[in-house]
Amino acid sequence: MKILIKNGRVVDPANNLDKVCDILVDNGKIARVAAKIDCAAESVIDAKDKIVMPGIIDMHVHLREPGREDKETVLTATEAALAGGITSVLAMPNTTPAIDCAENVKLLKSIIKKDARNFVFIAGAITRARQGEEVTDTAKLKKEGVLALTDDGSSVDKDEVFLEALREAKKSKLLIICHSEDKTLSADGAVNLGITSTRMGLRGISRESEYKRVERDIALAREASCPVHIAHISCKESVEIIRRARKKGIKVTCETAPHYFALNEEAVLGFDTNMKMNPPLRAQEDVQAIKQGLADGTIDAIASDHAPHTENEKDIEFERAQFGVIGLETEGAVAITELVDKGILDWKGLVRKLSVNPAKILGINKGSLGKGSDADIVIISPQKKWTVQRDKFLSKSKNSPFIGRTLKGVVEYTICGGKVAFSR
Amino acid sequence: MIKWQRKDLVGLEDLSKEEIELILSTAESFKEVSARAIKKVPALRGKTVVNLFYEPSTRTRVSFEVAAKRLSADVINISTETSSVKKGETLIDTGKNIQALNADIIVIRHNSSGAAAMLARNVDISVVNAGDGWHEHPTQALLDIFTLKEKLGRIKGLNVSIVGDIAHSRVARSNIWGLTKLGAKVTVCAPKVLIPPGIEEMGVVVTDNIDEALKKADAVNILRMQFERDEGTAFPEQLEYFKAFGVTRERLQKAKKDIVVMHPGPLNRGVEISSEVADGTNSVILEQVTNGIAVRMAVLFLVAQGRDKK
Repeated sequence: MKILIKNGRVVDPANNLDKVCDILVDNGKIARVAAKIDCAAESVIDAKDKIVMPGIIDMHVHLREPGREDKETVLTATEAALAGGITSVLAMPNTTPAIDCAENVKLLKSIIKKDARNFVFIAGAITRARQGEEVTDTAKLKKEGVLALTDDGSSVDKDEVFLEALREAKKSKLLIICHSEDKTLSADGAVNLGITSTRMGLRGISRESEYKRVERDIALAREASCPVHIAHISCKESVEIIRRARKKGIKVTCETAPHYFALNEEAVLGFDTNMKMNPPLRAQEDVQAIKQGLADGTIDAIASDHAPHTENEKDIEFERAQFGVIGLETEGAVAITELVDKGILDWKGLVRKLSVNPAKILGINKGSLGKGSDADIVIISPQKKWTVQRDKFLSKSKNSPFIGRTLKGVVEYTICGGKVAFSR
Repeated sequence: MIKWQRKDLVGLEDLSKEEIELILSTAESFKEVSARAIKKVPALRGKTVVNLFYEPSTRTRVSFEVAAKRLSADVINISTETSSVKKGETLIDTGKNIQALNADIIVIRHNSSGAAAMLARNVDISVVNAGDGWHEHPTQALLDIFTLKEKLGRIKGLNVSIVGDIAHSRVARSNIWGLTKLGAKVTVCAPKVLIPPGIEEMGVVVTDNIDEALKKADAVNILRMQFERDEGTAFPEQLEYFKAFGVTRERLQKAKKDIVVMHPGPLNRGVEISSEVADGTNSVILEQVTNGIAVRMAVLFLVAQGRDKK
């Protein structure tokens, strides 16, 4: 199966490329990239005035399967991902059961084999049942193919347990992804602590609950000399702490989510539960710091933290509503609208955050359009605008904070493993 | 004068100065009704008002009930003890069921901040917030402001101090929005642990010194200390609180002679207010109760009109 993509602006920072050229895909791989390619192909795509970039690699996705198929399934999430230009996802292990042992990895792998429409990589749990007590058998998890370990949704509170996990992860050459939150400091909060929690009459989630735990996680990672990745950072102090740690040569990477640079805490004032996530939307100065961190390279990656929830769990009193928002179908466009269009990142910079760096952090051979690379490609109309509509989501859940927003950047084609997996 | 356009009253934060003034002037015209021999006008005849109360409340519910009845509305009271809420029905479903009865106004009291806003978004009929969590209690603040204006003739330029558990008080929040929009200078006074973070950004001055709060005040609004909410977090003891923050005759002697003393009730005598002050000549506590009827009549009347316009 040959696909010829003609006249697109190819943005491929892994090969230091940003120019109009043609790409030939053959047998699942990139066969050629050149100024002009003329050959017979089963499918020819005219990409004039479009961006052609490596498929997005979203390293923070809650597929909800196994266990909560009412919220989302591997099938619906990966279809939604493709519509968002995402060709690879990292599945978070906080399912029911948690992905904390070889058997459960096998179970998830069997579902993926049957239903996944793009590449699904697996993160295993750090501790058994994500209880923060007993470190999982990391060697066995590694053998089953997990790429990283995380108790996402919770932090491993006990220093000694986390340190042991870091040492085990190092032995198994597995990345630890930290959900950095001290729940004794964020206890029962629903929105950012400060004027927002005060105005709304809700308990607040302090910045300290995040950055103090970021500090600890980095300190213990250093002690174990095991690289760590900090998930979904939202506040200025976290950015600053990571910036300093990296200057000292500590191996720490991090990601943020689109809502942390596209929305500030004011979005939640109307008690819209689609604006409720953890960490919460922060102050404008935090939004600025996140953007700055993206611009200067402190923040390596953008990941959706796609967290689907049913209407039953969202259309209730604000305090009782679940934390989390969906993001697969909007993350690319939100990033284009908020970062490229506003001059925070150029296209190459954006592709690094969405594809090159996640591949590097996870150690997967993707994120490149070089000859011989996997043909995971997304073709985007960069200037085209669209309005996010609730009933247009492919995701099973509809809890998006961007409903009603007009965004720039439309995914026209997603080529995954050498096949056109999505086209508009 | 502007016209009322809203079908709901969720909070004073959302309202403009003009809208607040419209409620107050409407209340003025309704106040006289309660002084008549026949205390009834047909303004809401044929309308149904449902008091949907998820928290125990006597004074607010009764006040709304009296207000609705003086407007000739039919009133139904639903409290959690007798409703299907206990069977797990969601707030939205309950609201839609009430709407399906062709009721016109839901007056909601709920322990969760934002509950009134959520209900208002999900039904077409009017929703009046009778207190949601720690968020807002707009009709209480409106009756406080109404009483103050009646006593002192104006709001603009007044120094008003609010004393008590500001952090957990919806009365404080609604008063702050209402008073500051009308041009009063608001001071909040509480032990530091009961001052919520960032409250200065709502345009108030913060102090933990009661004498400081009383010194320049034209009025003091004393909040009920809600010891039943005590979550074990650095909450002061009752007697300790009275010594440090209780409004007493001695303390008032250092304040302006004609300072207006308000309290939303119910009173904790000897905790946040001494009996002498509560029953003294500066106190307008019972006038607040009377004015509550007029203010709630005005609110019910206006939201019903607002809905008819939609």
